[in-house]
Amino acid sequence: MTTHSAGDTAALTGRSLRHVLRSPDTIITTAVMPVAMLLLFVYVFGGAIEADTGSESYVSYLLPGILLITVVSGISYTAFRLFVDVSAGIFERFQTMPVARSSVLWAHVLTSLVANAVALIVVIAVALLMGFRSGASPLAWLGVIGILGLFTLALTWLAVIPGLTAKSVDGASGFAYPLLFLPFLSSAFVPTDTMPAPVAAFAEHQPVTSIVDVLRSLLAEQPVGDELWVALAWCVGLLAVAYWGAMAVFRRRSA
Amino acid sequence: MTTETRTSAIAVRGLEKSFGDVHVLRGVDLDVARGSVFALLGSNGAGKSTLVKILATLLKADAGTARVAGFDVATDPARVRESFSLTGQFAAVDEILTGRENLALVARLRHLPDAGAVADDLLDRFSLTEAGGRRAGTYSGGMRRRLDIAMSLIGDPPVVLLDEPTTGLDPQARQEVWATVERLASGGATVLLTTQYLEEAERLADRIAILHRGRVIADGTLAELKALLPPARVEYVKKQPTLEEVFLAIVGDDPENEPADATTTTKEQ
Repeated sequence: MTTHSAGDTAALTGRSLRHVLRSPDTIITTAVMPVAMLLLFVYVFGGAIEADTGSESYVSYLLPGILLITVVSGISYTAFRLFVDVSAGIFERFQTMPVARSSVLWAHVLTSLVANAVALIVVIAVALLMGFRSGASPLAWLGVIGILGLFTLALTWLAVIPGLTAKSVDGASGFAYPLLFLPFLSSAFVPTDTMPAPVAAFAEHQPVTSIVDVLRSLLAEQPVGDELWVALAWCVGLLAVAYWGAMAVFRRRSA
Repeated sequence: MTTETRTSAIAVRGLEKSFGDVHVLRGVDLDVARGSVFALLGSNGAGKSTLVKILATLLKADAGTARVAGFDVATDPARVRESFSLTGQFAAVDEILTGRENLALVARLRHLPDAGAVADDLLDRFSLTEAGGRRAGTYSGGMRRRLDIAMSLIGDPPVVLLDEPTTGLDPQARQEVWATVERLASGGATVLLTTQYLEEAERLADRIAILHRGRVIADGTLAELKALLPPARVEYVKKQPTLEEVFLAIVGDDPENEPADATTTTKEQ
C-alpha cells in the first residue's frame, strides 16, 4: 500500500487545491489583514516610528513580521478545511478506503503550503508597491523562502490539531487569534530595546523575534550570525512538537 | 475458525466496545453469508453505528474479533479496506467538487485505471449524467445519496456496508435506494445494512438481526423471526391506503423514468 501513498496524496492534494481555487476568497482574506496592517503601520504609525529603525525604510523593517502574520492567518483556513472534512464525513470515507493512512493529512498540509505561498506573494507584491526594496542575493532569498516554508509547515501541523478536534467552526479557525498577538510582543513592529524589561525579556526569547530578525537580516543583506540557528531551532522544534501532537490526535481518533 | 466463519463475508465474535462507562457493544456475534442482504435492526443508541465503524476499521474493538471478507479488522485492516465500502449515515460527498469529480477522485484513490471513464459509467447507471458537471452541494437529498452510493460501488467491493442508507430521505429517494440495494444483491455483493425502519428490513433483507442494548437478541430470516411470536390470528380489517401510498400515487412513484434533475425540482413547484 505504501507504493500508492504518493499517488494518493497527489489525488487528495489536487482535491483540496481545487477547493482553494473555487473559493479564492480564502486567499484574499488571508492577505487582506496583513496588507491592512502594512498600510496602517507604514502610513499611520510609520512616520512616528521610523526614527528608531535605523537606515532601513519602515516598510522594509515591518515586512518580515507581516509575512509571519500572513502565515498565521493562512493556517486558520487549513484548520477550517480539515474541520469541514471531518464534520461532513468525507474524512471518514477516505479513512475506510485503501488509501495510505496519513495521506489525507498530508494533502491538507501541502495545500496549506501552496495557499500560503500565494498569499505571501500577494503581500510581498503590495509591499513592493509601497516602497519595499531588497538587494538580497538569490541565496539569501532561498534562505527567506526556506525559513518561511519551515514556519508555515510547523504552524500547519499545529493547525491540524484543532482541525481534527474542534467541536465547531469557530473553534477550528479561532485558535490562530492568540498567535496573531505574538508578533506585537516581538521585534516585528518596533525594536525590543524600548520595551519595559519584562516585556523585552519575553520578546527577545520568543520565536517570532528570532525568525523576524533573521528574515530582516537576509532581506537587508546583513550577516545573520547565530540568530539563524536560534530561528531554525524554534521552527524545527515547533514542527516536531506540532507533528507529534497532530499524529497523536490522528491515531487517537480510531482508538 | 469454524467453516462457517470462512464462508461468511462478515463474521463477528464476542465483540465489545465501551466509551468510558458506556458499554455500547456487550458481546456481539454475527454471521453474514456471502451474497446475502443482512439487515441490522435497532433503535437509536443500540450500537449499530459503532458496530459498523468497527467493521469499517474506523474504531478498534475492546474485545472480540471481526472479519470482513475473511480478513481480521484488527490485524489486517489494509486488506479489509480493499474488500468493502461504506456509505455512512450522512451522505459524505464533497460538496465543492462536481458529481463527476467526486466519482473520479474515489476511482483514483481505489487505484483504478481511467478514473474518468469509471465516473461517466456510474453517472449513467445512477441517472446523474446531466447533473455530473454540477457541484454536489447543489444536489437534492436523493441525488446526493445516489452519488454517495455510486461512490461506494467504485472498484466493485465484495462487501457493502450501508449505515442507515435511507434516514432523512423522502419516500421516492428511499425507493431509489431500495432499488439500488436490490441491484447490488442481484450482482452478487454482500450487503450489511443498518436501519431503524422495519419495513426496510422486511423488503430487502434475506436475514435480519435485532441489536438491542449492545447485544444481538434475535437473528434469523423474516419467517423465523415471525415464528417467534404467537401464531397469526385471522382478523378482518378494512384496508386503508397508507399516507405513503397516497403520496406516491399522487406524485407518481416511478423516479427511474424521469430525468435525474427533474425528480425533485419540478415536484416541489
